[in-house]
Amino acid sequence: MIDKIASFGRSGIDLVISIGRAGRFLGGVLSGVPRPVTGFPLLLKQLYSVGVLSLAIIVVSGLFIGMVLGLQGYTILSDFGSEAAIGQMIALTLVRELGPVVTALLFAGRAGSALTAEIGLMKATEQLSSMEMMGVDPLRRVIAPRLWAGFIAMPVLAIIFSMVGIWGGMLVGVEWLGVFEGSYWGNMQASVDFRDDVINGVIKSVVFGFVCAWIAVYQGYDCVPTSAGISSATTKTVVYSSLAVLGLDFVLTAVMFGNF
Amino acid sequence: MGLGSYISLKDVVFSRSGRRIFNGVSVDIPRGKITAIMGPSGSGKTTLLRLIGGQLRQDSGSLTVDGHAISELRRKELYKFREKMGMLFQSGALFTDLSVYENVAFPMRVHTKLPEDMINDIVLMKLEAVGLRGARKLMPSELSGGMNRRVALARSIALDPELIMYDEPFAGQDPIGMGVLVKLIRDLNSSMGLTSVLVSHDVKESLSICHYACIIADGKVIGTGTPEELQAHPSEQVQQFLNGHPDGPVPFHYPSSAATEDFGLAGGAS
Repeated sequence: MIDKIASFGRSGIDLVISIGRAGRFLGGVLSGVPRPVTGFPLLLKQLYSVGVLSLAIIVVSGLFIGMVLGLQGYTILSDFGSEAAIGQMIALTLVRELGPVVTALLFAGRAGSALTAEIGLMKATEQLSSMEMMGVDPLRRVIAPRLWAGFIAMPVLAIIFSMVGIWGGMLVGVEWLGVFEGSYWGNMQASVDFRDDVINGVIKSVVFGFVCAWIAVYQGYDCVPTSAGISSATTKTVVYSSLAVLGLDFVLTAVMFGNF
Repeated sequence: MGLGSYISLKDVVFSRSGRRIFNGVSVDIPRGKITAIMGPSGSGKTTLLRLIGGQLRQDSGSLTVDGHAISELRRKELYKFREKMGMLFQSGALFTDLSVYENVAFPMRVHTKLPEDMINDIVLMKLEAVGLRGARKLMPSELSGGMNRRVALARSIALDPELIMYDEPFAGQDPIGMGVLVKLIRDLNSSMGLTSVLVSHDVKESLSICHYACIIADGKVIGTGTPEELQAHPSEQVQQFLNGHPDGPVPFHYPSSAATEDFGLAGGAS
């Protein structure tokens, strides 16, 4: 019994230590002001690898999710004779919830795991150490551009996801199932509020982008520099990011949309 | 700090993960010479380089490099100070996404504002010095282990450092690769006047090029001096290490209970 309590206590202490290390790490990354001349090309390169290369999975997922929403929405709404509201339903679902959340989950799986593996491998092959010994701070040279790239790319990807999803919903609802196009777009325009819905959705994706990128780069930087250590860190990135996104989504939704 | 010492360690104590690695190590590394730090695997040789480079901090004792107490430097000062150091890692540690040329140019691009044509000339000179000018367009994945280390060596001297540290440069090298590295280390030291610290357990190669050597074992220095002085050292432990004897002060058998107990012969046969 005592052993179990002690083990539980140790796990708690380890968790607090880990959060403290991650906080110090974040402070170290953000403390240096990026140099425009050297920092911008590095940021662009990471934006390409984190953002542009994630476009395919984001676009395809957004399209199918929008199409599924169109099918499901039509089936349910037609029971009440309200199939004209399908555009409103798809847009609100995507802009408020599915856009930011699914993009973040896909981002964690595609870009987050790649960031962790890349940084972990750089650590295992002593590239980070050699950079330190050359007088180059890896936090600024390697970590900061990746963190900022994730932070910037996520909202853009979420907006693209929602746009493609709305278009996919239209393909199914309007082109296939015959909902009047004017109703589809008109209801959407009337019910989606730019500030309350679109901006809140973007704020969500900014928060998710920051958290996912932070978890990914920290897990890579802090991993045990062996093949097993990198594998474990990559898994942790996906699991922790997914849990953090879902947990934060509840909190943000409660704050933004809960009428308490 | 002793007269002419570039690096000085006094009573350095260092522990990691609850294990005492150094228990009062004192070493003076002379300026402009090659000093070999030798010792059995796991004796903390690489840790010593990381302490000198400021990647680790000692628990107690003093460590100065060129008169600067490394552990007291602030982060920014430490990074600036490291521009005077070069380090050749055991794995080479080349940046895998950059070509050979870009790897060697990297420190100059980061730390200097030299024009591109001058960087080009310096990179080619450094690669020429290690015999790999013709390999400048290759990627690290296309290099052999020995070539990888030679490129890393060119990169580590790109900024003309005062100090260069070699971490196990001969490990895993074939005889030709080893001969090339021995020649390069000797030539670079004499032509550039570098202070060189060579960590290795390859006794023959290390003693053939070093001016001074120091043997570390069990967390302390067990022998120090010129190669000739070490060869004549009275310590049995030093002689066991230098001559590779399988048994001696470092026992062949891992500590265990009495064999009679393990084989079920306790009480003895009558």
